[in-house]
Amino acid sequence: MNRRIEEVFSMPPKSSDKRTELRGHGKRNMNPGTLGRLLSRMKAHRIKLAVVLLCILLSALSRASTSLFLRTLIDDEILPMITQGSRDFSGIIRIVVAMAVVYGIGILSIWAYNRIMVTVEQTTVKNIRDDLFAHVQTLPVRYFDTHAHGDIMSRFTSDVDTLRAAISQSFPSMVSSFLSTLAAFGAMMYLSLSLTLFVVLFSVLLFVLVKVIVKRSAKYFMSQQIAMGDVNAYVEEMIEGQKVVKVFNYENKAIKAFGERTKELFNNASQALKYGMITMPVVASMGFLLYVLIGIIGGAIGILGIPNWRLTGSEAMTVGTIISFITLSRSFVNPIGQISMQFNTVVQALAGASRIFEVMDEESEHDTGVVTLVHATKENGELTECCDRTDVWAWKIPQEDGSFSYTELKGDIRFYDVNFSYVPGKPVLRDINLYAKPGQKVALVGATGAGKTTITNLLNRFYDIDEGTIHYDGIDIREIRKADLRKSLGVVLQEVHLFTGTVMDNIRYGKLDATDEECIRAAKLVNADGFIRMLPHGYNTMLEGDGSGLSQGQRQLIAIARAAVLDPPVMILDEATSSIDTRTESIVQQGMDALMHGRTNFAIAHRLSTVRDADVIMVMEDGCIIERGTHEQLIEEGGQYYQLHIGAFELE
Amino acid sequence: MRRRLLRSLREYKTHALLSPLLSGLEASLDIVVPTFMAYLIDYGIGRQDMNAVLKYGLLLIVSAVSSMALGFLAGKSTAIASAGLARNLRNDIFRTTQTFSFGNIDKFSTSSIITRLTTDVTNVQRAFQMTTRIGARSPVMLIFALYFSFRTSARLSLVFLGATVILGLGLYLSIRHVYPVFERVFKRYDKMNRIVQENLLAIRVVKNYTREEYEKRNFAAILKLIFEDFTKAGIRVARIGPLMNFCVFLSTTLIAWLGANEIVASGNNPALGLTTGQLTSLVTYTMQILVSLMMLSNIFIFYLISRASVERIVEVLDETSDLHNGPDPVYEVPDGSIVFEDVRFTYSAEAEKPVLCDINLSIPAGARVGILGGTGSSKSTLIQLIPRLYDVVEGRVLVGGIDVRDYDLASLRDQVSIILQRNQLFTGSVKDNLRWGDERATDEEMIRACQLAQADDFIRAMPQGYDSHIERGGANLSGGQRQRLCIARSLLKNPKILIFDDSTSAVDTKTDRLIREGLRDGIPETTILIISQRVASVRDADMIIVMDDGRVHDCGKHEELLERSEIYREVYESQNRGGVLNAS
Repeated sequence: MNRRIEEVFSMPPKSSDKRTELRGHGKRNMNPGTLGRLLSRMKAHRIKLAVVLLCILLSALSRASTSLFLRTLIDDEILPMITQGSRDFSGIIRIVVAMAVVYGIGILSIWAYNRIMVTVEQTTVKNIRDDLFAHVQTLPVRYFDTHAHGDIMSRFTSDVDTLRAAISQSFPSMVSSFLSTLAAFGAMMYLSLSLTLFVVLFSVLLFVLVKVIVKRSAKYFMSQQIAMGDVNAYVEEMIEGQKVVKVFNYENKAIKAFGERTKELFNNASQALKYGMITMPVVASMGFLLYVLIGIIGGAIGILGIPNWRLTGSEAMTVGTIISFITLSRSFVNPIGQISMQFNTVVQALAGASRIFEVMDEESEHDTGVVTLVHATKENGELTECCDRTDVWAWKIPQEDGSFSYTELKGDIRFYDVNFSYVPGKPVLRDINLYAKPGQKVALVGATGAGKTTITNLLNRFYDIDEGTIHYDGIDIREIRKADLRKSLGVVLQEVHLFTGTVMDNIRYGKLDATDEECIRAAKLVNADGFIRMLPHGYNTMLEGDGSGLSQGQRQLIAIARAAVLDPPVMILDEATSSIDTRTESIVQQGMDALMHGRTNFAIAHRLSTVRDADVIMVMEDGCIIERGTHEQLIEEGGQYYQLHIGAFELE
Repeated sequence: MRRRLLRSLREYKTHALLSPLLSGLEASLDIVVPTFMAYLIDYGIGRQDMNAVLKYGLLLIVSAVSSMALGFLAGKSTAIASAGLARNLRNDIFRTTQTFSFGNIDKFSTSSIITRLTTDVTNVQRAFQMTTRIGARSPVMLIFALYFSFRTSARLSLVFLGATVILGLGLYLSIRHVYPVFERVFKRYDKMNRIVQENLLAIRVVKNYTREEYEKRNFAAILKLIFEDFTKAGIRVARIGPLMNFCVFLSTTLIAWLGANEIVASGNNPALGLTTGQLTSLVTYTMQILVSLMMLSNIFIFYLISRASVERIVEVLDETSDLHNGPDPVYEVPDGSIVFEDVRFTYSAEAEKPVLCDINLSIPAGARVGILGGTGSSKSTLIQLIPRLYDVVEGRVLVGGIDVRDYDLASLRDQVSIILQRNQLFTGSVKDNLRWGDERATDEEMIRACQLAQADDFIRAMPQGYDSHIERGGANLSGGQRQRLCIARSLLKNPKILIFDDSTSAVDTKTDRLIREGLRDGIPETTILIISQRVASVRDADMIIVMDDGRVHDCGKHEELLERSEIYREVYESQNRGGVLNAS
């Protein structure tokens, strides 16, 4: 289905698409205001976040005070005691106790903000995923037909994960680093202005150096992601086609081709890694270098007796000052290194967040329908609404005066002059007039791209028509609430999709409150019971990976049973029986016929054998109905259908 | 088990050895620096001796620069070694999967092999990278830092022992509590991904059955579980930071107190006892010791996380193909005759009911054989035994009079070509795809094969003819076109036996007939087996095999079967029911 619509949209091939996608991933179109939106999502946590900020501040302060304590301890207590030969430790005890208290507060703050951030981060991530999923569920089918699933998927996984890492680690660490830097800066200024100036200059140099490395790393990281995409694509294609590989003895060639791709990946990955790995040693060594330089400069100032200008005035450069300054300079420089390293993560996380918001900004399916579907009882031609499940369904139509009128659901469907295009200017259906009377079987026949599947997409309003109207029991389908409209239509799609779960779960998907007996009855009706019982655990057999353990025909039988348990008034069968062998097919067809009795049935035919008994056959070509009639009538006419019948050209 | 993976290092062994060596050296330099720093302070700044300041400063600068150089080289080796390990592992896994038989392939799902080649290898790479670099750095740092601090002051260093014990115990307890939660949450994470994936894929089903709310509830439920687990794990992990800081602060405070006492006692004389410079370096050592302990614990966590990945990779690497060449294989297939002798087959040893049972068939070379039967009658299984895609459980299959197990696998498969039911084309040009059949095929040969397969016309109609691009899986072709191209590809192998596994189901009846006629005239010596749902495709065969429930129900020509086989007659009538239907 996706492919067909893409053909109509004449989209560029996906493979080339993917590359640009990957290349652009990361920094690409980070919408302005993303950070603001992200923060506003965390509004509920604003008190917590304020506490976190406070705690980070406290912990940064307590860390910064380490060196101040040390300085005070050495300069104000230990050295005077030595010179005075005093044995009075009360001063030292006071400082040590103060240290313990400050550190205690620091530890508590660290614990508190880590602990709070766990909740903030997890709640935010959970809510984002929850909202994203809920929103995706409301998006129109068009969205899924025009967007690569892998791309939507990556917003749920890697984008949210990057964001989580940023919220839990990068943001606090950046804030804390920033505060540490700030605190250290203040402390440094307090100690020595000249040395501070030197440290700042040095830091700018460091900052530039780290940025160069990070930029390089990011560049190779991008190429690595592209190479990884190539490797993945090749693996997927070859592993999926593994049996073909075997049959053609293609193994060695595949290994060689794969080797070339892993080599490319290796080249980029090792470079990206290399630049990633050398950031730390560079920052650390530069830190040591700074250590030494301060030692030399400070020492020179002290020895040469140049006055040391500090915030509080000027005095001689003391040993304690230099020692403290050295420690401080590290708590100033290290965070700068850390900030520059985190910067990339944060940018990536914000890009991810903006990709998430992009999906959230997609418009939901419009639904202005007011007519609902209800169960009813019928007495003397009067319909009365009823809560229990009855055999009678009725459309409940609100009237202008607030009352309701009821129309029995019969399955009368009419298309009047319907025009439709997936993209403006490229009509897919032209002037379609079509009617299916209750209980009739309407078969649509035609080549790929003739517009058969599109008709079903319009009926359940996956897409809305451009012109004309579609009436359902005399009601314009746009008046009907989408959920109720779809509830009244049973659809078996060309591509069968099953969910992970037991066979029973999958059948029950049609009607969530169905009992086991109902499900089994439905399976029996469509002749699926036989093979299901032969599965290892019968109805309780677990299906995984879209029912990959089952044959195509078996998967379709389960999908048909799923529709059967719903017991819908109208059935749409989109080439559903194409992969079942003719013998099984005829048995399924019997079950279907029983199911369809008294209902309206749209069959999109793949093989002519399934349409012969239709009440009306519509032959479609290029979006128009070119022939209509019963099998016999059409054969007699000797037109397109006749040509198809004698096998003059392919259906597909 | 990890050693098994390390075998894949091969040409990157040197880098893998250099990486921890250089990292270790770098770490030892990093540790020397605080000592020099102490000298700088004590003998330089403390004594106001500018020469000493310059001397030790120069020493320090040399150390810092060397450490940077070593760090650079170590980082480079680690990057090459770990990316190289990943590269070789991917190649090895892929190579192993290429040796797999159909039986092995069925055992591992496509997605699980893909996960192993991607996520699992990445996990192992990361763990390896951590271990070689930080795993070498941390112990060296720890040992050196401990050594120097003991040398500086053995008495004060006892503080570290206490701190180390507290930190180690705390880390151990945290990891022990956190790991099981993580293990569980990863599984739930997989489930969450699966729900998203299935919903995207089956959005039409969801919307048709108006199950949006139901799916939202499902998703919210798994999110809640993940939230609870991650929160639980997060709360425990959140204790590690403060614990670490507690140890640092505790040590610093204790050292400050004890150190102050000692300095006062010694009068800040290095000869008599502790000095202020030494006190500063001790504080630095505190950080280093505890940071290296933290790093070690991180490695341990990575090690644990990668454990599952390692197991999964080894599972593939250790999987040996259940099909092997015999000791003295035959390379030549004499002719295209096929014999089944008392063949019995099951896919797994535990299966109660055999998939194939009591199969006895004899097909002469050059025969045209039709195979018919309902879903699950094991038609496809039957023919997959001929090119030895699976091995029989009992009995034997002979091709050209020789047991298929005595052939060289590649030679046998070259001569027995199957056009699979779920066939696949690959990204590339039409020619690239055709060359799968014969690498050295000339343009004329390709065109002839395509003419026989009735594919020539549509290929010529494509924008670039035989050089036109085919998208992944042949997505830009119709089903019928794909099937015809697959047939042409198989014809290029010029096999002695050609098997169609329902390979013309999407081709119209006329083209189907043309293909069969083309084969009859074009390759008359080739034995042809056709599995089909259409009686029309097999009715003119020399022999029609009717399969039912894993057994040969009947075997004969069209007219014979029409007379005596109820199943055959039923199928025939269901497909030619034009007249019958009108009456009903």
